[in-house]
Amino acid sequence: MAKVFIYPATSLILSDLVARYGHTPLSSAIAIRERIQTAGIESVPLQITPEEPKKGLKWAAVEVPSGVRGRMSLYGPMIESCDAAIVVDDADFAFGCMGCARTNELVRYLIHERDVPRLELRYPKSEDEGIRFVAAIKRFLEGLGGGK
Amino acid sequence: MSRYIPQKAGTVTRYVMVESPTVTPAELAIRAYEISDGVMIKETCFGLAINGEEQVVTDLIQKLREIDPDHIFVKDRGFLPGDPRRCRANLGGARPGFHGIEYETTVLPYISAGLAELRSRDAAAIPAPEQPQEAKKLDVYRLKKLIEAQET
Repeated sequence: MAKVFIYPATSLILSDLVARYGHTPLSSAIAIRERIQTAGIESVPLQITPEEPKKGLKWAAVEVPSGVRGRMSLYGPMIESCDAAIVVDDADFAFGCMGCARTNELVRYLIHERDVPRLELRYPKSEDEGIRFVAAIKRFLEGLGGGK
Repeated sequence: MSRYIPQKAGTVTRYVMVESPTVTPAELAIRAYEISDGVMIKETCFGLAINGEEQVVTDLIQKLREIDPDHIFVKDRGFLPGDPRRCRANLGGARPGFHGIEYETTVLPYISAGLAELRSRDAAAIPAPEQPQEAKKLDVYRLKKLIEAQET
């Protein structure tokens, strides 16, 4: 069973397909759950404490905004531990009330830097594209081996 | 700063989303209540949020998926169902994360079509989707020309 980092890290579709074909999706929810379920100092709403931007220094320099470094403390360890990655390129919703465009660029750069199998796609816009999309993900995940 | 003591540590929460012409979230919730064992289930407009021990939740979801495997989708959630830090009952407007689900819900029928098709066809026989093109960045010389045109 391979650990597959998904981008957008909140994607329902990618999370479902990775789990459906027997692998472990690495998504934002997993990183947030770790923090929500760890006792410490109350820091609503996401339990991101002042320690997180410090941890993020491993992936982003000190002059980079703390928002990017804080986010990288969630995504960085997952990118480092993943065995493969699936990236959907045209996910506009990854930038918005909770997303950060600069973090997204850094996340995609780090995925490219990692020497792991990577699949890049776009969201399907028709049934035919949907069939190709699912088939490509299935082939990719079966190629990783070890799926359930 | 106050101390934070987590509730239900060691459990998992998962969303079960149904985008089906034959199964409604209410029907899914009733079925989940029938076969659940010691888990917390919250019915939502798009499906369910289920919290409990990981293995129990996984087994329950596996059984729920059998109802309509191509139209039921699952993802992890960091917070407990109804957590006041996230629940819309305590906050104004849409919950952060809703917009992602809202967008992906429009794509789900195509994914369902793909899952249904792959039951009868081999994935290797289906051509690969087009590779996404690198977004073209604004050329620096073109930018300079634009600036100069603006100044004159």
